[in-house]
Amino acid sequence: MRLRRNPYGKAYGLAIVTWLYVMWSLLPVLLAVRISLNSGKSRSALQSMSFRWYWGDTTGSIWHDDAMQSALVNTLKLAGLCMLITTPLGLAMAIGLHRWRGKLSAGANGLMLVPIVTPELVFGVALLLVFTQLYSGIPAGLPTQLIGHVTFTVSFVVIIIRSRLAAIGGQYEEAARDLGANRFQALRLVLLPLLGPAIFASLMVTFATSVDDFVISSFLSTGAGTETVPIKIYSGAKAGSTPALNALATVMLLFTLTAVVLAGLVMKRLRTHGPDDSTASLTSVTI
Amino acid sequence: MPGVAWLIAFFVVPVYAVTAVAFGQVDPILRTARPVWNPLQWDFQAMGDVLDRVIGGDLGRVFLRTFMFVGLALAGCIAIGYPVAYFVARKAGRSRGALLALLVLPFWISYLMRMLAWTNLLQLDGYVNRLLQWFHIIDAPRTWLDGDWPTVVIGLTYGYVPFFILPLYATLERIDGRLIEAGRDLGASATRTFFAVTLPLSVPGLMAASVITVLPMCGDYYTSAYLTSGSPRTEMVGSQIEFFLRQSTRPQAGASLVLILMAVLLVLMVYYLVATLRQQREAER
Repeated sequence: MRLRRNPYGKAYGLAIVTWLYVMWSLLPVLLAVRISLNSGKSRSALQSMSFRWYWGDTTGSIWHDDAMQSALVNTLKLAGLCMLITTPLGLAMAIGLHRWRGKLSAGANGLMLVPIVTPELVFGVALLLVFTQLYSGIPAGLPTQLIGHVTFTVSFVVIIIRSRLAAIGGQYEEAARDLGANRFQALRLVLLPLLGPAIFASLMVTFATSVDDFVISSFLSTGAGTETVPIKIYSGAKAGSTPALNALATVMLLFTLTAVVLAGLVMKRLRTHGPDDSTASLTSVTI
Repeated sequence: MPGVAWLIAFFVVPVYAVTAVAFGQVDPILRTARPVWNPLQWDFQAMGDVLDRVIGGDLGRVFLRTFMFVGLALAGCIAIGYPVAYFVARKAGRSRGALLALLVLPFWISYLMRMLAWTNLLQLDGYVNRLLQWFHIIDAPRTWLDGDWPTVVIGLTYGYVPFFILPLYATLERIDGRLIEAGRDLGASATRTFFAVTLPLSVPGLMAASVITVLPMCGDYYTSAYLTSGSPRTEMVGSQIEFFLRQSTRPQAGASLVLILMAVLLVLMVYYLVATLRQQREAER
């Protein structure tokens, strides 16, 4: 254990740098949110506040723009489905890899990590080619985008859940078996509740990753009907755009933040079995 | 193992498909790709052409430019990220929890929204120009968004710095405080202790953070395209790949370029995999 965290005084210079960084990292986004509330068309300066670009404007606001609404719906649909498919898949994979001993297991383990280090562009190209050349039976558009997102995010889930499994250790499950539970009961009554926080962290991370994804959605998009919010933001900036684009991004941000806060609250509830917090699982993802 | 089967079907096979297209044929009429699955019948013509253009040709310049941008952005990440990660991990004291939440916050903000924010700021009459003029650093508004390389480097740095900070933070946080205290007890100054103890101990984290930001940056095409309205002067490798595959009739060239990029990045990828697997084994022991 560490004796004292901060033995030799304060580091004011570093504190200033850190707070400057935090401001630099967040102020542009706050400004973009504020610009979405502009009453005029300016995308560079603040004007008086209004909800014109959300619903006030009869031609340019999100509420009156079908393409923007469908982008929003597509993004949420994709992220919701991705979250619900990836988490159980990753959970099964993590438990399997955790128990599986042998030479093949090391290979499977390594394979599972490769998607994390593969640039998204390579992913997008590979999926585009395989869906047009080989798996042409799968309808292009939402289904292929979904498969892409699941493949891209499943490794994160496996890492989050495995780090939790390693922390739990085998003794709880063994105790349950000794007390007469069968394998299935031990899994359902002991292991899954213990994994609760990790499962919620996984849901949260897959949702956010899917919402954020641009490259894979864009490569596998088949046109206007399958556009997502990031695609809309990307293509919208070229055509003379209005603060409605900022409004769209802001709405998406609100959805993500709500989801994160909700998941955080649930995790706090579940966290009665041991130390585990969202930041810890998040850092374990990025390492 | 359904999960492993999924990964084989939707990751391993697709990567092989890239190879099959790169070394495959092009349909003479439709100009679409016709992959060749059997390695014995592979055609290396397209790959040869692309390689020629990479070595000493126009694509070579694109590669050089990409590595220059990525290198500068990485330098930016280290310059900003190391002090921040160090402070939050070791010196922040009571404000650590709040700071950590603020460091994680950018993860929940869409990458493209963060770029959108910069296109707002960097307009001709945007706040960056106004600020610079107010301080008399520049006299006339600067056109940032028209194929300017500093804009791309700023964009990449801004975009990837959060991904750099967190792994580094985790490593710095785990360093045993007693080692640093021992350094001080043995008479070293705070600066000397940092360079002799903390910095060497943080090298693995520094490497992991660098690799995890460099890899996606090398495949990034949207940041530069978005911030420069697609100017060819700041094109990166990713832009070329996207162009070949989606807007031209030469999917083979695009697939070849993907393979070349992967070959270049292979060292980094393997390094990361080995390091992660080693760490995992230690954690499970």
